[in-house]
Order: sequence, then C-alpha cells, then structure tokens
Amino acid sequence: MLEAEAAHIFREVAGEFDRSTLLFSGGKDSIVMLHVALKAFAPAPLPFSLLHVDTGHNFPEVIAYRDRVVEKHGLRLDVASVQSYIDDGTLRERPDGTRNPLQTIPLLDAVRDGRFGAVFGGGRRDEEKARAKERVFSLRDEFGAWEPRRQRPELWQLYNGHHQPGEHFRVFPLSNWTELDVWQYIEHEGIELPEIYFAHWRKVFRRDGMWLAPGDWGGPRDDESVCERRVRYRTVGDMSCTGAVDSSASTVEEVIAEIAASRVTERGASRADDRLSEAAMEDRKREGYF
Amino acid sequence: MSTGVAEAADQTGSAGRLSGGLLRLATCGSVDDGKSTLVGRLLYDTKSVLADQAAAIEEVSRRRGQDGPDLALLTDGLRAEREQGITIDVAYRYFATPARRFILADTPGHVQYTRNMVTGASTADLAVILVDARNGVVAQTMRHGAIAALLRVPHVVLAVNKMDTVGYQESTFTAIADEFAGRARELGITDVTAIPMSALTGDNVVEPSTRMDWYDGDTLLSHLENVPVGGDPVSKPLRLPVQYVIRHPSQQRQVVERWPAGQLASGMLRVGDTVVVQPSGATSTVAGLSVLGKETDSVWAPQSVAVRLADEIDISRGDMLTAGPAPQMLRHITATVCHLHDRPLRARQRVLLKHTTRTVPAMVDRIDYRMDVTDARRLPGQDGLGANDIGGVQIRTAEPLAVDDYLENRRTGSFLLIDPQDGATLAAGMADARTGDQHLRQ
Repeated sequence: MLEAEAAHIFREVAGEFDRSTLLFSGGKDSIVMLHVALKAFAPAPLPFSLLHVDTGHNFPEVIAYRDRVVEKHGLRLDVASVQSYIDDGTLRERPDGTRNPLQTIPLLDAVRDGRFGAVFGGGRRDEEKARAKERVFSLRDEFGAWEPRRQRPELWQLYNGHHQPGEHFRVFPLSNWTELDVWQYIEHEGIELPEIYFAHWRKVFRRDGMWLAPGDWGGPRDDESVCERRVRYRTVGDMSCTGAVDSSASTVEEVIAEIAASRVTERGASRADDRLSEAAMEDRKREGYF
Repeated sequence: MSTGVAEAADQTGSAGRLSGGLLRLATCGSVDDGKSTLVGRLLYDTKSVLADQAAAIEEVSRRRGQDGPDLALLTDGLRAEREQGITIDVAYRYFATPARRFILADTPGHVQYTRNMVTGASTADLAVILVDARNGVVAQTMRHGAIAALLRVPHVVLAVNKMDTVGYQESTFTAIADEFAGRARELGITDVTAIPMSALTGDNVVEPSTRMDWYDGDTLLSHLENVPVGGDPVSKPLRLPVQYVIRHPSQQRQVVERWPAGQLASGMLRVGDTVVVQPSGATSTVAGLSVLGKETDSVWAPQSVAVRLADEIDISRGDMLTAGPAPQMLRHITATVCHLHDRPLRARQRVLLKHTTRTVPAMVDRIDYRMDVTDARRLPGQDGLGANDIGGVQIRTAEPLAVDDYLENRRTGSFLLIDPQDGATLAAGMADARTGDQHLRQ
C-alpha cells in the first residue's frame, strides 16, 4: 500500500511536470525511492534524471555504490559539488567543519539551472517533527524556502502541482513510511545497500556523544583519540555530522531486529546537525534545505 | 474473487508484517481540550517515543518548571506552535502496535483552521473528536461532527477527556455521550463510540482506568486496534484514472507498446475483462496487466498498475478506465465545497478543477448556500464563501468529467478548485452526482 502510494506520486509528477529530478545520495531512503521509481515506469526507463549534492565529505563506499547503481540502470546523474563552491570562494567552510548546511546553495542553483519543476526527496515525516508537518508536494519559492503557514492543504490523494515561474516543488514519495517500513521493504525486495549500513570494524573517535569517522573533513582534533570499534550507520550523510552506532548486525534481518528494539531515533543517534537547536531542521528548511 | 480480496488485504499490511493492516485516523478538538496531550499519550504509552525524544521533552519541561514531562511538546513541532502553545497545522504521526499500524493526522482545532480538519478527515477511516468533560458538547464539537459526516469518515470516537477534573463521574460522561449521540444521528453519523478518559493521567487511553470501573468498554487504543478498516474499494465498480502512459518498444510484438498506468481507485481487473475508456466511451479488452513492472492476471484497488489494451485506441492522462455501472459524464456538477483559501470564492469565478488525474477550466456558476457547520443548517442567499466556509455550489466545466457521487466513492467523487493565476488550492469539493445535471433540466 505504501509502495502503491509512492508509485502514484511518481506518476503524478511525471504526468504534470516537464522537468523533474530525483535527489540521490546513496543513502537508504533515496535508494528505496529510486527502486520504487524504477518499478513505477518499468519496463520503460525513468522519465527523469538523478541529482546528487555532494558535500565533498561523503563516505567513499557510498560514492562507489552511487556510481555502480547509475551505471547498472543506465541513469543520468548530475552532481552539484559543494567542494567546487568552496574552491572558487562562493561558499566558505564553517568553523565547526560541517558541510550539511552548505548544500542548500548548490542545490538551489542546480534546480534553477535544470529548470526543474519538481525535485524528489527521500524525506519521511517520521524523521523529525518539522518534517511531520510537511506536505507530499511541498511548494518552495525561488529561494527554496519552506513557509509552514502558507502550505497548501493536501486532501485525498489530489496533488496540486500548479506553480509560478521560479517556484518549484519538493516531492516526498516516502512521506508516510517509517524507518522500519524502509528496512522491511529493503528485505522484501532484496535491495542492495552500501556496506556501511552493516556491522564492520572501523576507526572512530568520540565527539558530542557520537562515533565519527576520521577523514579529510577535519576530524579528529588533537584532544580526541581514535579507536577501532564494530559499528554500522543508520543514516548516511556528510562524514562530519553522521555518527556510527555500535552494532553487530550484519544482515538486513539483524538490522531490522536491532531497529525494532532500539530506544533511540535514527536522527538522535546519528545526526549532529539536528542537535544544534530545538528547531534546527525547521530553520534549515526555511532556508531551502530539504 | 475471495482469494484476490484476501491477498489484497494481506498487501495492505507493511510487507505482510501485521495482520490488522493500516488504520488512518484524524484527531480533532478545540483549543485546550488536551488534544496534543492525548496524541502525546498515545505515542508515549505505545512506546513510540524513543529515549532521545523523551529526554528532550523532559529537559524542556523541567526548564519550564513543570513536574512531569509535558506530552504536548511531542507534537507541537513548529517554533510558532511552541511559542504560543497551540497547534497551527496538520501533522502526521506514525505508530504501531503488534495488532496494527497507524497514520494519525493531528489536526488543529481553532475555528480558523477548519480547513485543516477537512484535510485530515479526507483520508481518515476514523475521527477522534475530543471534548473537555467540564464543558461537554460545544459548538466546536458539532463542527467537528459535521465535518466528519460530510467527509464520510466511516467511524467516529467521542473522546470525553479530562475525566480527572470531574471526579471520574459516570453521570457526567453519560450525559455528554448521550447528547452527542443524539446530535450525531441528525448529522447522519451512524458509528459513534464514546470513551471516558484522561490523557493527562493516562486513564483509558492505552491502559484501562482503575478509577472508572463503571466503564466496561474498550480503551481508545484497543478500539483503534479492532475497528474494521475502511470500506471495501475492491467490491465497487472499476475506476482506474490514467496518470501516465508507459511506452516501450516490444521486441516480441514488433511494436511500441503503450501501457496506461495509474492507481486503482476502486474495483478489480482481470486479463480478458472489457473496459470502457471515459470520456471517449471507446471499448476494449484487457490484454495484459502489470503491478509495478511485474506481469500478472488480476489487479485490485488500491494497487498501482499498468494495463495493455487489445485495441490501439487513443488514451492519455486524464482518461479513466471503467467497468460495471458507468460514472456520470458531467459538465455541471452540484457539490459541497470547503473553501480553503483566504481570498473568497465567488459566483461567476473562473477556476481550474482537478478531478482524479484530469484538470479542466471551470466556472463557479452559483453558490447555493453556506452551511452553519454547528448544526448543518443551510443558509441560502450567499454570493461568496470565505476561508473555512463550507457550502453548496454549482460548477460548470469546459469538458465532461467521469464523476461518481462522493458518498459512493471518495476518490472519484472528490476534486480541487485551483486558482488559474497563481496555482493556489482554493477549495476542496465533494460531488453530489445524483443531482448532477438536474438544475439545468429544471
């Protein structure tokens, strides 16, 4: 039923918009989203391209996975690179080293240059309480801003895709899925994931209560010490703010058992940037973030 | 048929995990009836709140000098909501028990946010209407009842909350439940279950109350777990709005195959069935069926499917495949609309009408009445509808639409009115197809 609903959303966008793109990071939500999209238009190819906003601090395993998937399905992938914005001086590195908030401008430029009317995102309403308020078809102005008081009501399954020049939609086909739904679907469909979702030994260090992976992004600092632990990732994003969790789950089945028993949300466990303030996600969405 | 329905029922559970399937519910209540606390309690007591979220609200509650955790903090997600302590917008919450999974549309109760309740109710199988035991049935309660009735929400729960403030008295509860039952009948609501509870202390929400042993009914949660889900869209006539036509070159048949695709609004379809394409009226036979890329012999609502027809007929987005009793092809629609926008809706206004996958230019011919939603009384002689007004209208469309009565089919009987200039969603409509073109014939 959730799959049928997501396919309905993909086909509505393909029917209503001339140009759209699917945000693909190589994370599990975007992988599931792509899987449903491929099925919704099978046996024909996808009627839209993929877009990855690359922070430059992504896990190498995930980038390799991304390129494999693109190759396997003969897809078109555009990459908006945060690194190149930093290199040419358009964006400046933040003092805390996290690049997640820096994704907004490359994303908005890519939407403008691609003249996309709709951009699919893998966001789920169960992730975070500001997301719980977001529509399936989320209207954004030319600055990509989300204004919660001016959202369009969404009734039945009638999605209104009309917009003015400069505006675009963020469309979330997995809105009604939960973390557990995503994992059960991965199991049911036998979907391959980047290996870092499963338990492996990795050099990590402790910061703000999370296990972060050392890397070119700037960690660890002198006062932080590296150790080796058996971990896996619940979410996959920028290395500077995505934490690993201690785990011995090496199969999808074991991951599902672990999540079902977990007493911590995936964002609470592994996203540093959501902890910046009580309304961190809401504030970033207002600025045009996903 | 029976196997098909059983399989369909199995598919509604998440990957077949839960036998009870999915229940979509909407909660509504006036300001200060304790709705956020109730939703928070449901999430908290079903262990849907995880340690980090619980720690966060406990910390904020402590900082504000409260004794226990303020469960309302779990649901009020936006800055302005936290600042004002009110809920502004519909939010969707997810929780599950071993029996069933739930999608809860948490809708605000302010009069000016009636549209949000309409939004939440449009997809709900069940509405929970909260009343404060001290105040009993008030105008706002009947407004919520009228909206639930209008949107044909199949089940209604009257949650008589804050029983702790009236000494858990049976007589108070019975008086409120009886009054609501009587007035609900007038609105046409047939299925009402009243439950006495206290969201603050947790009585009868998830755990049975030890302080109200005079009540022998279900707790709210066990009622939600056991109420039969939705109607049975599979047994209704076939309605398949075409969203998109999948084209691909077939090696086998040496042609470019065209597979009209969409989500079944109702009914089922087998290879070999005869279908009618609306609005052209062309007839063809089903030569092939596929469910998301996998070929199969039969499909049923609410699957997303693609169909190959035996004949090469013109078919595109906005058409509808039908079988059995045909929908009416209407260019004049009598409907009840809920006006959603701050700009009023006026007679003679030009709009776009989106019905299933078809969007056509339309005009609001006449506004017949505005409804007083506290008692469902019709107030005629209106020249416009303001934000949050519900009223009866006559609409004329540029092209005929395959419309069912909303009472018969929520999916093919509903539509949106859209402002052609800025694309804003103006109003949500429910067709009264039985009286469709009658006003012209009169």
